[in-house]
Amino acid sequence: MAIVYQKSKGLTDKELHYCPGCTHGIVHKLVAETLEELGIIGTTIGVAPVGCSVFAYDYFSCDMHGAAHGRAPAVATGIKRVSPPGTTVFTYQGDGDLAAIGTAEIVQAAMRGEKITVIFINNAIYGMTGGQMAPTTLIGQKTTTSPLGRTKEHAGMPIKMCELLSTLDGCVYAERVCVTDIPNLNKAKKAIRKAFELQQQNAGLTFVEVLAACPTNWGKPPIKAVEWLKENMIPYYPLGVYKDSAEVK
Amino acid sequence: MEKELWKGNEAIAEAAIRAGCKYFFGYPITPQTEVPEYLSLHLPEIGGCFLQAESEVAAINMVYGAGGCGVRVMTSSSSPGISLKQEGITYLCGSEVPCVIINVMRGGPGLGTIQPAQGDYYQATRGGGNGDYRTPVLAPANVQEAADFVRMAFDIADIYRNPVMVLADGMIGQMMEAVEWHDIEKRELPAKPWATTGTQGKREHNVINSLYIQPEPCAEHNEKLEKKYKLIEEKETRYEEIDAEGCEVLFTAYGTTSRVCRAAMKLLADEGIKAGLFRPITVWPFPYAQLKKAAAQNSVKAVVVAELSLGQMIDDVKIALEGSKPISFIGKAGGLVPTPREVADAAKKAIGR
Ligand SMILES: Cc1ncc(C[n+]2csc(CCOP(=O)(O)OP(=O)(O)O)c2C)c(N)n1
Ligand code: SF4
Repeated sequence: MAIVYQKSKGLTDKELHYCPGCTHGIVHKLVAETLEELGIIGTTIGVAPVGCSVFAYDYFSCDMHGAAHGRAPAVATGIKRVSPPGTTVFTYQGDGDLAAIGTAEIVQAAMRGEKITVIFINNAIYGMTGGQMAPTTLIGQKTTTSPLGRTKEHAGMPIKMCELLSTLDGCVYAERVCVTDIPNLNKAKKAIRKAFELQQQNAGLTFVEVLAACPTNWGKPPIKAVEWLKENMIPYYPLGVYKDSAEVK
Repeated sequence: MEKELWKGNEAIAEAAIRAGCKYFFGYPITPQTEVPEYLSLHLPEIGGCFLQAESEVAAINMVYGAGGCGVRVMTSSSSPGISLKQEGITYLCGSEVPCVIINVMRGGPGLGTIQPAQGDYYQATRGGGNGDYRTPVLAPANVQEAADFVRMAFDIADIYRNPVMVLADGMIGQMMEAVEWHDIEKRELPAKPWATTGTQGKREHNVINSLYIQPEPCAEHNEKLEKKYKLIEEKETRYEEIDAEGCEVLFTAYGTTSRVCRAAMKLLADEGIKAGLFRPITVWPFPYAQLKKAAAQNSVKAVVVAELSLGQMIDDVKIALEGSKPISFIGKAGGLVPTPREVADAAKKAIGR
């Protein structure tokens, strides 16, 4: 019998712990498939964050590090700088991890043009700790620490990481995608693949931001969460390529 | 063997290279900056990598990534920078990643001063990060020892899969002394099958990690670490005794302060008082039993602890002596160093002379 679909070899057999409708699992699959398609599972080292995807080190079948909250780009820097040429290194980080506590690490890694790929999951909230405000939380969005909705006066405007990092020379590729439907999922897969391919060419830091749903902490059923993402997140965080300064050879 | 004149910090850096360390991640801070400066020139020459990180937080996390890949890696800093490294140190211990951390101590608290101090003793021996963990800490008293201890530290780190700290101070970092690059004891080093070198499709994935979310496995992990720490206490405790036999006053001091004590011992000898020195070389593990034995001699009337702090190691001395002998203290914090005369006078006072 012909096999029409099977789980990527880039994933282990560990059961994912994510909530129904969570984007993390979908993005894991895209990253794992990419590693498999490029034939680099055996030469890749990934770095898991602190956040809902903290157990990513159990899910990817390549060698993995867990990092302290926000420090994944520094850990990845250490790995990349001492590993043999041809080693692929990626971080997988949430928005609290990357855009709050780890802002210095991601900006400086991008400035240095570290040859790493960063997969950034922007769900506009702190998932793991139960729905607190993130730097990416939208104006008016209610969270457990912005119970009346985020205001610009109090917390400033949400941070746009693709836009910010694309100003840095060392960041050679930055694209914002979502995985709310099949066409967007295919685009996201292409972006992730390109990010890894550019790393293989030592181009610089490559960055893929995925707009993600957190139905649990948004207090919405999965389908409503996707609708909310489309209606509220995409207008503020427009999809598209923000930086593409290196050519895929 | 020929002796060469070396500045402490540069000897520390050169010793790392001689120990086979090709990777260094750090951030400038006085009085240790010659360590990164030296390595920024010499590591590229041997195909290694020096990287100036954006902060000590980033530097120690780079060390964590590099050490997890199985290479010898070092970072160095001074007191405020070591405070920032505490997060990384507890992760390194929890994940059992070997590395060497240099602290060239300066005065505190806060930004303090750039002059020598020993105010980070609690932090080094108790750990400034969260959780139950330990790091072996070697405290050199001169530049030769700094050069030797850095090389020993790499071996201890690899043997026990644990970070090791070399605790110097601004005096040792900044002064120049003769160094002989003699061989250090050759130790058997374990392989590193746990390192993240890429599975190459030949093995299960390796994971460098300190998270054990269920309490039972986390408790088990802690117990496993505790066994290791006990083994380190048993095998790696180091100390030195100088003229301690039959002494009336037993000085207890480490690093720079131990040298002031030795000068004070000469002054006391001129006055007919026999003073000796007990010098912990590892401040963790602390040589409790050995100190208790030295102090138990009938001749010892008082134990005098000297530190460049307002009294931190004295707590370990109290633990060691269990009230068996009177203990007194002489110390200065904030970058000042007590003179031999002041230390000698403190000793005389302690024995009522
Ligand atoms: C130093 C430190 N501070 C705080 C925490 C608690 N903490 C764990 S996850 C998290 C936020 C994660 O949010 P995000 O990065 O957005 O990821 P998500 O869970 O939404 O995927 C926080 C604050 C921690 N583990 N370590
Ligand atoms: S809390 Fe949110 S981010 Fe975390 S697993 Fe559940 S849906 Fe995903």
